Amino acid sequence: MSQEKERLENKGGGWKEWFSAKNMKLLTRPFGADNPITVQVLGICSALAVTAKMQPALVMAISVVVVTGFANLIISLLRNTIPPRIRIIVQLTVIATLVILVDQTLKAVAYEVSRQLSVFVGLIITNCIVMGRLEAFAMANKPWPSFLDGVGNGAGYGLILIIVAFIREFFGSGTVFGYKVIPPSFYEAGYTDNGLFILPPMALIVLGVIIWIHRSMNRNLIEK
Amino acid sequence: MFSNRYIFIYTTILVVAVAVILSLTATLLQPMQNRNEEVAKMQEILKAAGQTVAPQEAIEAYNNEITAEWMVNRKGEIRAGYVNRAGNWKPMADMPENRRAFDCSLKTELEQAARYEENPATEDGLFPVFVCRDSARYIVPLQGKGLWGPIWGYLALEKDFNTVSGATFGHKGETPGLGAEIAAENFQKQFAGKKIFDTQGKFTSITVQKGGAEKYQGDISHAVDAISGGTITSGGVTAMLADCLAYYRAFFEKMQRAALDTADEVRADTVNLQTK
Repeated sequence: MSQEKERLENKGGGWKEWFSAKNMKLLTRPFGADNPITVQVLGICSALAVTAKMQPALVMAISVVVVTGFANLIISLLRNTIPPRIRIIVQLTVIATLVILVDQTLKAVAYEVSRQLSVFVGLIITNCIVMGRLEAFAMANKPWPSFLDGVGNGAGYGLILIIVAFIREFFGSGTVFGYKVIPPSFYEAGYTDNGLFILPPMALIVLGVIIWIHRSMNRNLIEK
Repeated sequence: MFSNRYIFIYTTILVVAVAVILSLTATLLQPMQNRNEEVAKMQEILKAAGQTVAPQEAIEAYNNEITAEWMVNRKGEIRAGYVNRAGNWKPMADMPENRRAFDCSLKTELEQAARYEENPATEDGLFPVFVCRDSARYIVPLQGKGLWGPIWGYLALEKDFNTVSGATFGHKGETPGLGAEIAAENFQKQFAGKKIFDTQGKFTSITVQKGGAEKYQGDISHAVDAISGGTITSGGVTAMLADCLAYYRAFFEKMQRAALDTADEVRADTVNLQTK
């Protein structure tokens, strides 16, 4: 009986360990001090491409979370069997497979959205964040922390994507998720949507401003 | 640490495993994807005809609205046809090359037509026409090139075979917010009421005019506003309309004449009645 109790406690302890402060940090750090876009400046290309509207940005964010999470998990499971000489090829194969799976699934169950995202889902393969995390983390860590790290980084990327998309859609089209939020009376009073926000260069400027704000709030990030 | 032998075996297993997973998913998801594509095609055709329907209602609405599918050649003759008999599609009698217009891809037909122009010994392409209920509207598909990839669309004509009643456009990968706006309602609704033949009966198509329809040199009923920042895609739509509709020109003119003839007959009949 006491043994049973001990086992249960251990099991409980095991679960607690799974979500220990150290592990949770892997999940949350990419939102702030370790953000892949604003701190590491990775994944910029897709951040420019899919952020003109909110909906594609959101679906893209979810797709990247799925790909980074599972790519990290799979590579971490395989990490001791992967010959170092071909590790990049193995990583790419795993990423490409996951991306095709996401793309095909979207086409089957969320056809409308997949048509909007078109090529950009396929381009997750070339997103530096995915491979960066595989090289930097999953190759040297256990599966569960790797999975958390992947999900965290994907979500950190997604968060910036959604912020940029919100700013661009709000000022560029006067809508949020396709719904008109700027009242018609504003337009009658002479307000016009700023077309520059829809163009890719504005994504870069918005991103730059976000990085600036982030750094002025967190002085540790500023290089000496 | 790892021998070459190990590396070869490792990669082989990896590649085979990935191939199996991918082909399995592709095969499993194929029916759903095909169905999605068919439903999307029906939705686009219906939208050109002025009906916006949800995906789950598309098949029923399509069978309700579209009464016939024809394939016409560039001389304007109907070469293939299917008729809708309460949701069952039956081939029309005496058609030389019978197949369903819905199942044919305009892209393949256009390629075949281009081959035919180079070498008249090959078979010419046939071009689909969808007939709406009561022959009130006729819908033709469009296929062309945008900035990044293919664009396509459907154009619905009134029974005068001249006035546009509606249009839809789609694209593979135009820039969101710019070229991709051809798929937006605001761009498409401009086409309603535009004309593809001028007052002399000359084929003019419709131009997507940079800077706004009022800058078009000529009658404004042949022009719509282009998308700012989407110049190449807008130009692609103009080219697509001109190129695709050109193949239907003979068919449209034939149908216009036929309509005039019947109108003349009716007028003659009424004159006869009055004289009696």
